[in-house]
Amino acid sequence: MKKVEEIKAAIEAAVPGAAVEIVSNPSVSGQHSLRLAPESAVAVASFLRDDPELALDFLSNVTGIDWPDKVTAERVKVKRQVVKTVDGVEQTVEETVEETRQRLDPGCLEAVYHLYSVAKKHGPVILRMRTQDRADHVDLPSLTPVWRSAEFQEREIFDLYGIAFTGHPDLRRLLMWPEFKDHPMRKDYREPDDFEYEPTAHDEVLKRAEEHRAGTAVHADAECGQ
Amino acid sequence: MRDSQTNSSAVAEKPEGWNRPALIKPSGDGELLEVAMGPHHPSTHGVFRMDLALDGERVIRLRPVFGYLHRNHEKIAEGVSYLASMPYTDRLDYICPITNNWAYALAVEKLTGQEVPERAEYLRVILGELTRFQNHASSIGFLIQEMGASGTPLMYAFREREKILDLFEKLTGARMMVNYMRFGGCRVDASPAWLDATRKVVAGLPEFVNEFDRLLGSNEILMARTQGVGVLKADLAVNAGVTGPMLRGSGVNYDIRKVDGYGIYNRFNFRVPLGDHGDVYDRFIVRMLEMRESITILEQALKDIPRGPVMDPKAKLRGFRPKPGEAYGRIEGPKGELGFYLISDGGPNPYRYRIRPPSLINLTVLEDMCLGHDVADVVLIFGSVDIVLGEVDR
Amino acid sequence: MLGEGILKGMAETAKNFVGSFFSAERLTTVQYPEQRIAPYEAARVFPFLVYDSRNSADPADWEAGMRCVACQICEKECPPKCIYIDKSKDKKPDAIGKQQFYPSRFDIDISVCMSCQICVEVCPFEAIKMDTAYELSTTDRFGGLLLDRRQLAKSNEYYHRIHPTEAAEVDDRLSEGRAKTDAKVTPAPVKGTEAPATAKTQPKLAADNAVEDAAITAAAASKAAETATGAGN
Repeated sequence: MKKVEEIKAAIEAAVPGAAVEIVSNPSVSGQHSLRLAPESAVAVASFLRDDPELALDFLSNVTGIDWPDKVTAERVKVKRQVVKTVDGVEQTVEETVEETRQRLDPGCLEAVYHLYSVAKKHGPVILRMRTQDRADHVDLPSLTPVWRSAEFQEREIFDLYGIAFTGHPDLRRLLMWPEFKDHPMRKDYREPDDFEYEPTAHDEVLKRAEEHRAGTAVHADAECGQ
Repeated sequence: MRDSQTNSSAVAEKPEGWNRPALIKPSGDGELLEVAMGPHHPSTHGVFRMDLALDGERVIRLRPVFGYLHRNHEKIAEGVSYLASMPYTDRLDYICPITNNWAYALAVEKLTGQEVPERAEYLRVILGELTRFQNHASSIGFLIQEMGASGTPLMYAFREREKILDLFEKLTGARMMVNYMRFGGCRVDASPAWLDATRKVVAGLPEFVNEFDRLLGSNEILMARTQGVGVLKADLAVNAGVTGPMLRGSGVNYDIRKVDGYGIYNRFNFRVPLGDHGDVYDRFIVRMLEMRESITILEQALKDIPRGPVMDPKAKLRGFRPKPGEAYGRIEGPKGELGFYLISDGGPNPYRYRIRPPSLINLTVLEDMCLGHDVADVVLIFGSVDIVLGEVDR
Repeated sequence: MLGEGILKGMAETAKNFVGSFFSAERLTTVQYPEQRIAPYEAARVFPFLVYDSRNSADPADWEAGMRCVACQICEKECPPKCIYIDKSKDKKPDAIGKQQFYPSRFDIDISVCMSCQICVEVCPFEAIKMDTAYELSTTDRFGGLLLDRRQLAKSNEYYHRIHPTEAAEVDDRLSEGRAKTDAKVTPAPVKGTEAPATAKTQPKLAADNAVEDAAITAAAASKAAETATGAGN
């Protein structure tokens, strides 16, 4: 089985313009992955499936991952106009000052594909694709036309994470009911206050349910999933 | 509640070149009967719904509806420690809890690089093959019951399953939800008395398979109803991610025990049965033959099991924090390829915990196999896929 | 012949049916509840708290003998979080006389408990073990299935009855642990002051025992007096 670097080289040779990055995996498993750009993903996938040497004809697993926005505080050097007293005279001088700034790392949603080969009995080759952000630009190309096994799994990721797969033949919710709003597997999902119909003695769940029934719930759309 | 996307008069447009199922033209005036099979149904192996559009008895369109048993196991796992997810894996494919535990333990061991002692590997193989045996026996029993045999072969299979479950209870404390595997080995060591009891049970299994074969193997009703029904071509099966006895029934030689050689499967001498036509009968025969191969592996493992510890001495029960990274570990479960994809961020809980459910992915081709057949065949084809809803919906 | 396969199959079922009148192996049904299969030793249903009968006058004094010290490790490790523990504000002596906290509230919600046995595995004090009683139906769906510490406390003798091998191992481990602690607590004798050191420790225990014995005899005497007056009246 080729190593990740060789596969990357093969992809770049066969699909011109394909942007492929290696994402290394720090764990002992040694399963490194290739990040694909969404524009050329379907072409790369077709190449991987049809190439006689790689013959990755079996898509085993499609996973969705949520990387939420991260806010980190960092110290930055900025040039500022500062009023200082120089030789007894007040002047505005430009100086370099250190400031603490909040940096927002925008989050994204990711889809990971695990590929194996039934013909050559090797694998796994792992592909990743990231969306631009978590709110407006959440579409990725669907790999269902290349591997049919992505059909239900991409539907599940659409249901639970919200990634819209363009080119998917039947993009509907899989596990939740069709009128459900929101995407449950995201890290910022807040469950409804009254989701436990008969709450037993679970401290905060019981408290939330009682507040909800008394009408004192703080959360505006605290209805059960509607 | 009516599914708003249901459209009874036309088949939805699907983009070209994606292996779409063949369209069937209805006869007559084109009026189709819409039937919802499930979720309350004795033959749907759990709470599962299929929206069928029928032309008389023939199936024109079949749309499976999932989610009735969704218990958000993946989200729960992000909130509890790695060890606490182990009892939840018992409840995924609840007919085969041992293999679920094994797949999860394997994925974590791939993530951390822990070594498993030899005796533990042998015990895993013994329990895994016992699980595979009782799963295939029950699956055949359920298939025959759906054919109308009112449960007699099922009860024969359950009689053997009782003996195997008694063995599980003697060893782990519970008949089904065993919670037996740990990261780095097994929870409890097997006493010599238990191994002798297992040898006695395994000695009785070939006679049971022979009895099962005499009961069903040349039954004309079985052959008439299952041969040529629900044919799955090999290339569609591979492209759709089908694994397990369903894939091997279509003639594809892919058994993860041979391909990956996880654990110590490379030491055992066993064959992989393959089918010719890919119909329900072939899958039934593949499962019967796999039961016999399981007995072969069990006999070898019970003969060679060494003494020694059953847990990695460096394994920690509490405060288990794998280093950041990710791993995908898979095993050949009785239903197909059961895989776990774990992403660790260095904390005590997993960052992402994903289960690759064989039953859900095997259902991708359900519509393809059922189109053009009668409704009665749908039940059989669905039974031959051998799903468990706990795994489909997690 | 058409139907030969079906007839062969029916011969199998007939063999089993007729055979069930003659051989016990073919009649596999157990007529519950008139017949009950004894649970295996390793069987586990729901947890219970072990107490040692320390006080020989009242061996059923579970509060004094409970091994649990409310460390709350089982509460943290329980996957469905069905254990609710409140730590006490005061301390009481444990088996070796050391002052320990105890749980003022220890509830297990058995409608949530999934019998995974992780609480038993992580307990460092051998205080919680798995019971085998399964006939636990109640008419109250919520309160009846929330077992409090009175319902959960069962004696070490009971533990020996349901899991003999395991209980014997636990007793060995505990007495080993206590022997190690005793060896640490009793100070190594210093040259020249050997006799007074041992003399000091011994009478203290004897005095304690004497106090306990006196209490026991007093209690027994008052009880005997009560029954005498009661019988007299």
